[in-house]
Amino acid sequence: MDADAPLLAVDNLTITLPAGRGRTVDIVENVSFRLDGAEIMGLVGESGSGKSMSALAIMGLIDAPGARIAGSIRFRGRELIGLDRRALRALRGAEIAMIFQDPMTALTPVHTVGWQIDEQLRAHQPLSRAGARARTVELLGEMGVPDPRRAADRYPHQLSGGLRQRAMIAMALSCNPSLLIADEPTTALDVTVQAQILDLLRRLRQDFGSSILLITHDMGVVAETCDRTTVLYSGNVAEHGPTDALFRQPAHPYTAALLDSIPPLRGTRPRRLPSIPGAPPAPSARPPGCPFQPRCAYGHVACETRPSLLPIGAQQVACVLPAEGRALPPRAVLSA
Amino acid sequence: MSALLETRTLSKHYRIGSALRGYRTLRAVDGISLQVERGEVLGLVGESGCGKSTLGRCMLRLTEITAGEILFDGRDISRASDKRLRPLRPRMQMVFQDSYASLNPRRRVGDLIAEPLRIHTHADGARRGEAEIAERLGELSHLVGLPQSALQRYPHEFSGGQRQRINIARALALSPDLVVADEPVSALDVSIQAQIVNLFMDLQESLGLTYVFVAHDLSVVRQIATRVAVMYLGAVVEIGPADTVLHSPAHPYTAALISAVPEPSVGVTTRRITLSGDVPSPVSPPSGCRFHTRCPSAQALCSMTAPALQDMGDGREAACHFPLLT
Repeated sequence: MDADAPLLAVDNLTITLPAGRGRTVDIVENVSFRLDGAEIMGLVGESGSGKSMSALAIMGLIDAPGARIAGSIRFRGRELIGLDRRALRALRGAEIAMIFQDPMTALTPVHTVGWQIDEQLRAHQPLSRAGARARTVELLGEMGVPDPRRAADRYPHQLSGGLRQRAMIAMALSCNPSLLIADEPTTALDVTVQAQILDLLRRLRQDFGSSILLITHDMGVVAETCDRTTVLYSGNVAEHGPTDALFRQPAHPYTAALLDSIPPLRGTRPRRLPSIPGAPPAPSARPPGCPFQPRCAYGHVACETRPSLLPIGAQQVACVLPAEGRALPPRAVLSA
Repeated sequence: MSALLETRTLSKHYRIGSALRGYRTLRAVDGISLQVERGEVLGLVGESGCGKSTLGRCMLRLTEITAGEILFDGRDISRASDKRLRPLRPRMQMVFQDSYASLNPRRRVGDLIAEPLRIHTHADGARRGEAEIAERLGELSHLVGLPQSALQRYPHEFSGGQRQRINIARALALSPDLVVADEPVSALDVSIQAQIVNLFMDLQESLGLTYVFVAHDLSVVRQIATRVAVMYLGAVVEIGPADTVLHSPAHPYTAALISAVPEPSVGVTTRRITLSGDVPSPVSPPSGCRFHTRCPSAQALCSMTAPALQDMGDGREAACHFPLLT
């Protein structure tokens, strides 16, 4: 392990899947980002942008026949791509944990929630049954589960969606992982429960120093929760930077248009919502140049070649506009 | 002029459980009275399980009601037979959340949109001819922004946004007065969602439609609705003009709901009202005010007496003993 290396460094990650008849398709192309200790980074994008695939690649969970993963994923300086199954198993759960949108698919319905958390604890730590259960109850309590002793004896279907999500987070955190990957953890929840879970994630960073890779399609969740944000579009990084800067002055036309198309909850109501024409391309039909170019209001000849990530202020953007001296203006500030 | 649609103490209860373990009653919709005026967009909002979808379906008699009345254009349709409802059906249509499930995958888009035109006759009983249907298909595809070529293709060839356009075209085929849309944009990505919200708004304006727009996303509802009804555990807790309700909520639940929405901007500081716990089960709703178990301003009275909807003096009604004053 390298003490100076970032907690997680993903470099030029490319995920290629077979698409039948000998053809292949790049689901994720040259995605790079890094995550430091006690940091929450948002990986945001629409369906099919490659955000979940990137997360699965980090966890070593892509086992589709014929899938190819190229590039580098280093955790504390140690390369994860190509790591053997045993080493990966020791790392997963103990060092890197993941929570999913649907806790019902992550929890088995045939055992109690407590049994499942005990099992994970005992797989990684030398604990007795009673010792594991005590820790489980403690964890559930820390996650804000009321009456944790009783909740541990319940089956997943007997818990509400919010409690199930808390139980899954408790399980993910049972071995104090330094990295938590949360894939759309609040998408299936109602807003009032979502607010509770987002509070919980922020507290994890504060109290335990956990780093969180938060994958979401919800720009509101990102704005409220993440220190830094990476925006994906069609398997490519459109831009990344500190959340504050990115929301104040998005540098990529996609980010700007995406933010504009969200109806505001406060301030004046626009007569029409600014919308992005068309739809994201299928990975197999991605244009050779900038993937956003066919829908972009600023598309021009220079966009025919794939732009590389260029720094602009604290941000990095895959767009030719800043280099052409035509950087996007700051977002209109909403009057409350 | 009477309201286009009115519900009077409308209830929909489900019997759940089994003979062995005993039956219990789930009150999905519990005594809701509201009016939908001609040309307005009424937004029905609330969290999952609050009964908003059930209410929307009951309004069109797609779900049989347990008690109460539904008046469509002044006529009581609460217990009307299918035969008596049939001539009214063209005037009330529905758009669903799952754009794929609501389209038969084995039929061409043109046939799907034409189906209501083939099933329903003109008001005078005359059937529509193929030439008339073809002409109407042309109009409809233009109206919703589908290319003519789409009519020859199958639903799976389209993206979610395009499929929702197909569903809207089909709902509009018979020129309805009322469209109930149940979470029509929730499954769409944000960039596509804006296109469909705009389409709904344009159609409402150009065709003078009346919508009941069921959604959990408050900002989408604010964009499209003229009035909003906020539901909690089968009851309306607050109803009134969208701007009044969403900018200065009177019911603590509305206020908490609004404050919980994460905003896609930085530097906007909003006070978060965090509700504890989950929504109670509609099988055994709390006594008195249904919200008192989670309400930050609940007092002794709230657990004893259920508050009725009261006029707040600004065109909005709220069901709260201690409404928030602004």
